[in-house]
Amino acid sequence: MARFSEANLATALEIVSRYPRPKSATIPLLHLAQEQDGYVTDDAMEHIAELTGTTPVQVLGTCSFYEMFKREPVGRYLVNICTNISCQIMGGEELLHHAEHVLGIKAGSTTPDGLFTIEDVECIAACTEAPCLQVNYRYFHKISNEEFDEVVADLRAGRRTDEIPPHGTLARVRQHIPADRAAGPADPAGVPEPVWLSAHADAAEGEEA
Amino acid sequence: MAVTDAPKIITSRFDLDDGHTLARYEATGGYQGLKAALARPPASVVEEVKSASLLGRGGAGFPAGVKWGFCPPGVFPRYLVVNGDESEPGTYKDRLLMERDPHQLIEGVLIACYAVGCSQAFLYVRGEMALAQERIAQALNDAYAAGHIGKNIHGSDFSVDVVLHWGAGAYIVGEETALIESLEGNRGMPRLKPPFFPAAKGLYLQPTIVNNVETLSNLPWILTNGAAAFAALGAENSKGTRIFAVSGHVKRPGVYEVEFGVTTFRDLLYAPVYGGGIRHDHELKAFIPGGASAPWLYPEHLDVPLEAGTVGKLGTMLGSGAVVVFDETTDMVKACLRLVRFFARESCGKCTPCREGTTWLEKILERIVDGHGRPEDVNLLLDVCDNISVGMNWPPKQTTICPLGQSATSPIASAVMRFQDEFEAYVGGPAEITVDVKGPAFVGPVRQEVAADA
Repeated sequence: MARFSEANLATALEIVSRYPRPKSATIPLLHLAQEQDGYVTDDAMEHIAELTGTTPVQVLGTCSFYEMFKREPVGRYLVNICTNISCQIMGGEELLHHAEHVLGIKAGSTTPDGLFTIEDVECIAACTEAPCLQVNYRYFHKISNEEFDEVVADLRAGRRTDEIPPHGTLARVRQHIPADRAAGPADPAGVPEPVWLSAHADAAEGEEA
Repeated sequence: MAVTDAPKIITSRFDLDDGHTLARYEATGGYQGLKAALARPPASVVEEVKSASLLGRGGAGFPAGVKWGFCPPGVFPRYLVVNGDESEPGTYKDRLLMERDPHQLIEGVLIACYAVGCSQAFLYVRGEMALAQERIAQALNDAYAAGHIGKNIHGSDFSVDVVLHWGAGAYIVGEETALIESLEGNRGMPRLKPPFFPAAKGLYLQPTIVNNVETLSNLPWILTNGAAAFAALGAENSKGTRIFAVSGHVKRPGVYEVEFGVTTFRDLLYAPVYGGGIRHDHELKAFIPGGASAPWLYPEHLDVPLEAGTVGKLGTMLGSGAVVVFDETTDMVKACLRLVRFFARESCGKCTPCREGTTWLEKILERIVDGHGRPEDVNLLLDVCDNISVGMNWPPKQTTICPLGQSATSPIASAVMRFQDEFEAYVGGPAEITVDVKGPAFVGPVRQEVAADA
């Protein structure tokens, strides 16, 4: 049921074509699957295996290593609250407890209406802006309890959807390499010394001589 | 104080609202470094970077030009992989460089590919950084359209594709061989060494250069202004400028580009243009000089310059430029637990000392913080550390494939040796320390007693 749609299949094939070996596209394709369905389904992993020339269990092996990939549904909004060192000493743990209290769930679980999942996460690189959190990987810096409540109210009311897409969508801009500008992927078994090196190597020898 | 008027080399566009756009980048000197590079032979570009003495800005601090030279001659294709998987606790610089000045990074990537002879580049951005991915995707699309990337760049015989790749949440992928495994579509587990450098065998077992985002972002300036101008800034073994993220208990937490090697920790923490002093005018208790993996420093070290060699002699490192400041109110046992929990969660599980050691360290510390610790637990923490990294020396001895496990011993040795009284308050009795801790940064009352007994 959750193989790639026709449009996403085209995107997937374009992604695969950028790599010298298709298996390298595994993580980007897992993200694409999560963007399509909100989480990574078994069917999607089978489809990815077909597209990357691997087996479903190899895809699962990769998928299960990375925290961002969810193999069961999570909330529409994934709230990642940092409690690592810079945030810890600036109130990150208190913010997490506040969030758990307001949403009525513990970190690692989802509200019954399927809207919010809270996670207690490691450093998200906003250390000078502690305490910080991400909603679907969009940053909120130096966030107070009151501001947190506002964000939750806004999301419940269907606001901020321009700013925060549903869980699974990361970048809303995709790389596209135009065919007439592409240098092409470098096959590990079949690319000689680049011309700009060899040309200059001769010139350099000439200069020295 | 040495707050210098060194130019902003890599953060010059941070204050511009449109610094990430191609138009603004080109209007502010963008792609001129690439133009300058293409006008000379690749080997001379390598020499230029070598003479700039640009140290890698990712954490290990290895000279970039020297690393490039490790590619075996005559073996092609070569690849460039950009390490944008910034996740060391306290570190906040590469995300800004990718979000606010993506073209500067892309230009750096192109200069490196030209110099080293890389046929393809992969820009590995941390999975959680959605805006950085968007900004880089847009920048790449615009740069292709403008002829800066792809086939016959600027009309020359230099052709290379730069592919945006993104991760999915794993600190360990910042280790360069784990990064390569991840880029090959595998679990992000570090590779067995040797070979020690992916420059020998990396992506698809081909010669591969892995460089940090900040390192590469320096290249356009170096090629535009010359290595001499770069090397004129800084001190003996630390040239140019460097970004430091000052977080925690300072009045002005922030990301500051400072002259490398001459600015001191006191400047960084107290100067009005940087940290501005400790919050509420509290006393400084300790600070982490270079990310969660670095042994801690204390008030007596404030006048030490931010110079890689000097800080190394103290038994710690500038690492990833992450300075985390603790004031007098900080519970060092809890801080220690949080750092150790990080390493326990992020251990990939491949090597036993790290997988088991970090897990047990976390459990013991949890027991202590929960009030169920025993006085002997304090020494037990050091004993477990001693099994992960024998002697807790500097540089640390390694029992594992990568440095993650030994990094977890830094916060423990730092906290226990310096703040033993705080641990004793938790465990309700005096702790006897029998483990010999060798690292010079691990100083404090305990260390002096051990020395006196010897």
